[in-house]
Amino acid sequence: MNITLEVWRQVTPDSAGGFVTYTVADATPEMSLLELLDRLNADLVDHRIEPIAFEHDCREGICGCCGVLVDGVAHGPALNTPTCQQHLRSFVDGATIRLAPMGAAAYPVIRDLMIDRSALDRIIAAGGFVSTPTGSAPEANSIPIAKELADRAMDDAACIGCGACVAACPNASAQLFVGAKVSQLARLPQGQPERRARARSMAAAAALDFGACSDVGACRDACPAGISMDVIAALNREVLRASWSRR
Amino acid sequence: MTVADELIEAVGVEGRISSPADAFREIGEPLAVDRPEGPVDRAWANHLLGLELVNPANRRTFTVIVVGTGLAGAGCAATLGELGYNVDVFTYHDSSRRAHSVAAQGGINAAKAYKADGDSVERFFRDTVRGGDFRARETDAHRMAELSVRLIDHFVALGTPFAREYGGGLATRSFGGVQVSRTFYARSQTGQQVQLAGHQALQRQVAAGTCHLHTRSEVLDIIVHEGVAVGVVTRDLVTGAITPHTAHAVVLATGGYANVYYTSTLAKASNVTATWRAHRRGAMFANPSFVQFHPTALPIDGEWQSKSTLMSESLRNDGRVWVPTQPGDGRQPGDIPEHERDYYLERMYPAYGNLAPRDVSSRAAKLQLDAGRGVGPLRNGVYLDFADAIARLGNGVIDERYGNLFKLYEEATGENPRKRPMRIAPGPHFSMGGLWVDYDLMSSLPGLFVGGEASFAVHGANRLGANSLLSASADGWFVLPFTIANYLAPQLGSAPLPLDHPAVLATVAEATERIERLLHTGGATRPDVFHRQLGRILALQCGVTRSAEHLTAAITDIRTLREGFWNDVNVIGDGEHVNQELERAGRIADFLDLGELMCIDALDRDESCGAHFRVEHQTAAGEAQRDDDRWCSISAWEHDAAGGVPRRHSEPLEFSAIPLVTRSYR
Repeated sequence: MNITLEVWRQVTPDSAGGFVTYTVADATPEMSLLELLDRLNADLVDHRIEPIAFEHDCREGICGCCGVLVDGVAHGPALNTPTCQQHLRSFVDGATIRLAPMGAAAYPVIRDLMIDRSALDRIIAAGGFVSTPTGSAPEANSIPIAKELADRAMDDAACIGCGACVAACPNASAQLFVGAKVSQLARLPQGQPERRARARSMAAAAALDFGACSDVGACRDACPAGISMDVIAALNREVLRASWSRR
Repeated sequence: MTVADELIEAVGVEGRISSPADAFREIGEPLAVDRPEGPVDRAWANHLLGLELVNPANRRTFTVIVVGTGLAGAGCAATLGELGYNVDVFTYHDSSRRAHSVAAQGGINAAKAYKADGDSVERFFRDTVRGGDFRARETDAHRMAELSVRLIDHFVALGTPFAREYGGGLATRSFGGVQVSRTFYARSQTGQQVQLAGHQALQRQVAAGTCHLHTRSEVLDIIVHEGVAVGVVTRDLVTGAITPHTAHAVVLATGGYANVYYTSTLAKASNVTATWRAHRRGAMFANPSFVQFHPTALPIDGEWQSKSTLMSESLRNDGRVWVPTQPGDGRQPGDIPEHERDYYLERMYPAYGNLAPRDVSSRAAKLQLDAGRGVGPLRNGVYLDFADAIARLGNGVIDERYGNLFKLYEEATGENPRKRPMRIAPGPHFSMGGLWVDYDLMSSLPGLFVGGEASFAVHGANRLGANSLLSASADGWFVLPFTIANYLAPQLGSAPLPLDHPAVLATVAEATERIERLLHTGGATRPDVFHRQLGRILALQCGVTRSAEHLTAAITDIRTLREGFWNDVNVIGDGEHVNQELERAGRIADFLDLGELMCIDALDRDESCGAHFRVEHQTAAGEAQRDDDRWCSISAWEHDAAGGVPRRHSEPLEFSAIPLVTRSYR
């Protein structure tokens, strides 16, 4: 396959950036988008051009490191699929693909396609946990949890933290990310004692860096973990409930 | 020459038999190890009673460095932070959630014995020691089995959504090498879920101000002062700043090194640098050649395929492994009739069938591939077939069990495993070897603790499935916090080494000099080219099977390759910005050193055991043949700072609770 790539190049967070066009003549349909970048980078280095910086690690869709805008779409054309699992078989021979960093005010560009997503961790630090000191846990089976409940908690817990929901959203809202964690822990008995404080503090932390949700649903289409928009409703419900309580 | 003369000639000056490894290593004193007292099943409890404690009010006066935020690192840091210690945590990722523990799929073992299938801590312990082919310490394996019970409680309390039965209790499944069902799981994302539990607990401590998380910071070296590890030198991967950090103790929880083979099931950034630098500073490296090849990885289909994606072993609960009986059979799998298929695992190992342990399964697959019965375009895979399971259980049940894995497979290959059998192949996966540690998980470099896959710990010569999440978690949450306190207690009142101390400045200067050297070789070849070549050498000559002849050749090849690297590597860009080529080059430089030591260790260990299969040592049936008279020991390698050959020390292994027997899964 012959693929033309237009890639965002930017050396530092403060420097100006722009798209640069490259071609890869020996691409194959089995290649992932990241493998295409590997292939291109090998050529660039051999021609003494600095390679394109991009984030990636596990290359099997679970670490959440990768994620770029592919022709303006977070992660790429295949829905609910991370960039590392987007393959060239989704494109025609001779295609031009534009790769840009996932954009949001909360995601400053570090270099080329790399962005800073630490704002997401600040939301987790604000309350995305159960405060159980090591060693204090009761016997695991002493609290039965209905299978359906556990399954739904697992649906929410599947978030890989790639941040594509924010990049896809016209408001740069992180409500899918926040809702997934709030909803998971609100479903489980272990999450009850801190349920209200968690919803309040995580929502407040999110509001510092991210926009509000206006039910567009672009996050749902981009999410590689298939998180349901139900979690956003759950988040709103949890925040409302928390506002009635002083706990 | 008579037989007696030959024998005399073969016996060296120390009265030992000469070995082809003689040219590549020296033999040092046997390791004297403090073992916990009493019977194995009381060892940890007795040992705990003897450990010194640090008063809660004094804990904040101690600083501990933790490198890595996987299961071992995040668990250790979060627990220490919660106890009140000052913790500096380092990860080269942008977040503490991304460590490669996140990619483990199948599950985490625990001897909860929730099913009436005869499980117990004792049985789990035995399975682990036997699975490791009697090359692990009994005491350490027993401790892991004991702690497994509390770990499941702990993860559930942290909100980990493990799979449940309809009655609300925790569900379990079976894994390779055992006949009970003791694997707890969260769909096929168990690693992710226990990783997130650690990440969240760590973030809680970050918010509380006890843990200071340094993201995008890679450790380049260990600071050693008067023979004690007192800190690390890191490089900020965004600004390139090289900075020292000192503390009262240093923990390395930096994962495994199977990426030395270039394509492996590991994440691309996984590397050996922190532990290798520690090795060069005095920490011994144990059993470096013990690397597990996972039998259910995806075959490599093309030059640019960047990794061999792992398919969980849990698939072998319902999938059947087969190859065509005829070599070179080019038919589609559906066109090959039942009587022309060889379900070789079921045939060779009827008692365990498709759930034979990993080393055994990988070797059996390699036999089929070597005989030309491989499948797929490059004939480098075997089939894993779900047709029978789908016929028996229906698509619904199979999707519930393996839906995510099927999606992953489909995304990676474009093929639907419900309609066409998966193609799988052995891929480098887990390193049982690692930095040598004592029962307290302290390396031979005092002050340097090692947890999880970075250490050599409990898995012997072969790790059982779902024991890696367990061993890393147990080390991090429930062992290191106790043993580190014991190490810190006598240091009360002391301060970490000042950052302007000559020992600190010298290490910073060395790390800086090395970066400069990598940037300015003036060479023409990309770092990756060397890595690929190293991978090829190791996969062919120090892989699923090994021989003295191949290993000897590999050592020479690697030395030549390393010389080529330092003369001809082209690291483009500078040290002041994000430079992923520079990051890679530094890691590959250390892999080149490690690769050589792996081959030396494999050549030295003149027996077969677990994943280490020397073709010279096999039974008539082709199984690994241990030599317990000569090799019932751990090989701990000492680096020679003067540039000479490495020195091997042996730690003898004793088996008091489990008699040494030949493993059989037939």
